[in-house]
Amino acid sequence: MPAEPQRRRIVEIRSMILVFIEHKDCVLNKTSLEAIAAAQAIGKDLGLKATAVIPCGSGECPLAQEIAGYDLEKVIVAKNEKLGTYTPDGYADAWEQVIKATNPEYVVMSHTYQVRDFAPKVAARLGREVVGDVIRYRAEGGKLVLTRRIFLGKLDADVTVGGDAPYFVTFQSGAFRGDNAAKGSSAVESMDVAVGELRMTPEEPFQEAKASVDLTKSEIIVAVGRGIKSQENIAVAQQLADVLGADLAASRPICDNEWLPIDRQIGSSGQTVAPKVYIALGISGAIQHIVGMKNAGTIVAINKDAEAPIFDIADYGIVGDLFEAVPVMVEEIKKAKG
Amino acid sequence: MKIIVLMKQVANKDAVLRISPDEKWINEADVAQQTNESDGYALEEALRMKEAKGEGEVIVCSLGPQSAKTVIKDALARGADRAIHVVVDDAKSLSPYQIASAIGDAIREENADLVFTGLQSDDSSFGQTGVILAELLGIPHATIVIEVDRSKLDGTVRLKRELESGWYQWFTYQTPALLTIQSGISQIRYASLKGIMAAKKKEIRDVAPAIADLAGKQTIQKVYLPLKTKQTQLLGNGDAKAGAVELVEKLKAEVRVI
Ligand SMILES: Cc1cc2nc3c(=O)[nH]c(=O)nc-3n(C[C@H](O)[C@H](O)[C@H](O)COP(=O)(O)OP(=O)(O)OC[C@H]3O[C@@H](n4cnc5c(N)ncnc54)[C@H](O)[C@@H]3O)c2cc1C
Ligand SMILES: Nc1ncnc2c1ncn2[C@@H]1O[C@H](COP(=O)(O)O)[C@@H](O)[C@H]1O
Repeated sequence: MPAEPQRRRIVEIRSMILVFIEHKDCVLNKTSLEAIAAAQAIGKDLGLKATAVIPCGSGECPLAQEIAGYDLEKVIVAKNEKLGTYTPDGYADAWEQVIKATNPEYVVMSHTYQVRDFAPKVAARLGREVVGDVIRYRAEGGKLVLTRRIFLGKLDADVTVGGDAPYFVTFQSGAFRGDNAAKGSSAVESMDVAVGELRMTPEEPFQEAKASVDLTKSEIIVAVGRGIKSQENIAVAQQLADVLGADLAASRPICDNEWLPIDRQIGSSGQTVAPKVYIALGISGAIQHIVGMKNAGTIVAINKDAEAPIFDIADYGIVGDLFEAVPVMVEEIKKAKG
Repeated sequence: MKIIVLMKQVANKDAVLRISPDEKWINEADVAQQTNESDGYALEEALRMKEAKGEGEVIVCSLGPQSAKTVIKDALARGADRAIHVVVDDAKSLSPYQIASAIGDAIREENADLVFTGLQSDDSSFGQTGVILAELLGIPHATIVIEVDRSKLDGTVRLKRELESGWYQWFTYQTPALLTIQSGISQIRYASLKGIMAAKKKEIRDVAPAIADLAGKQTIQKVYLPLKTKQTQLLGNGDAKAGAVELVEKLKAEVRVI
């Protein structure tokens, strides 16, 4: 009798994508659904199954059932009482253990402020880095080519990662649609994780003084960016807003300079709006601004730089000086209104 | 109190960028350079903390080619006390882990109480060099810091982080700690003539790093102009006034808001 062939080595199979579910007090951060959609798409292309990970304090995790309703291999609830409130130290410890226990090929997350805070730390602990803020990917020879924006959105770069798995990828908000995440039914598993000393103590999150204007209700918004140059020049934009019956808004640097109050700021750290018309004056169109206004019905951009990223999403554009264009607009609108 | 501030030299915001012949970066030679925006705020916050405390030292550290001396000298003129220049000619081919690791080696022995970085670089926008550095130094970090409580600085630092959609959160950290600073944290001072003169006498220490290979390094394969997602109707053909007239027409006839 020939002996059993001894050739077959037992290879450690990495067959998984871990996807991070972000929440606050068990209320889901909706961008996590985009991460699920991204992980499912990558899984399909590479033949891998996605598993969701929810860091959680003690007690039942009501979110687990909600996430189990998606088409996933399983849902892992990583448990430790120190995970009840987010801290980078706590989350890094938890993630390190989940990764070591599950041996994933990819770790997929949405590029939220929280993920920016802890994901690079987890990757660094494993001698790796994050390919961050990715806007799309393609699969090539069993690996991913990931596209990120560089130079403030002016150029795209196709990026590859070397070495062994796990590979860490975070996707820009809007790169995938959360409502495209496939539904299904998956098992929920609990994993106790050890968390070491937390070197930071969080207080309660809060909102600065209640916004006095609610731009989410505006029909028309005239928004100014750094191209407006000075506080006095805001009057130029105000005149346009007045004749249009529009509200005035701004990009971040304008509010940082206190030329307009912070409740006028549009973007990831300000308000998210979807007016019928959004007129961007001297705004370059950085992603952190765009996420706050890209769902406007019609987007108009006036910018003297033809290459400004705002033109990528504009329906109408004027390449030129806003100080020439805007006064003419005001006169023409007055005429049109009779 | 010792604070190290990381500052990177990047292409000027308004520069016209041309893709390099190998399609892996831009032609840096024909582009004006400047200090990365959030790094300027990181320096300002460090200077204000030192002033609030009434003692201490602010050390600037930049990794890059000799041209990065411009960034360093400007920081010294604004009030930084001395500088460490990690000299790397081809910095653009380094990944964030490699940059953090080289900077870590150069500053570890300083045993600073605080390390400040900008929250992201305006060219590569990795958004992670500081976080990796903190891990390599074995100190805690906080990102997107928009305020530091300067009254409290004895073994701890209390700071305000920006969360999404207008939310904020205060944290108290043990020091040493690394903070990545958000633009707009305060108004940046200009260098005075006196500052510029004083800077000439300040120490700039050049360090030649050993750049370690990194298996899991991210590498740019190709750089190109973004694909347009929308068909933009460009109006006025370069004439802003004519464009304005056409735009009002469109707003009336097509968008129907006038
Ligand atoms: C974590 C994080 C959060 C952020 N949150 C936000 C946020 O909530 N909201 C936000 O807006 N930003 C936010 N930012 C900042 C964002 O990245 C950009 O820096 C910012 O949006 C740029 O503002 P801007 O377009 O007004 O200025 P710039 O990028 O400086 O652009 C000015 C534009 O004006 C044009 N211009 C100049 N002069 C004229 C003229 N005479 N006529 C016409 N055009 C002219 C220029 O060509 C240029 O395109 C955030 C950044 C980070 C990293
Ligand atoms: N070459 C460098 N020299 C000095 N500081 C750097 C360098 N690269 C990155 N940094 C710091 O790290 C921050 C984040 O950069 P990044 O991770 O590239 O987005 C920057 O704002 C700088 O403060």
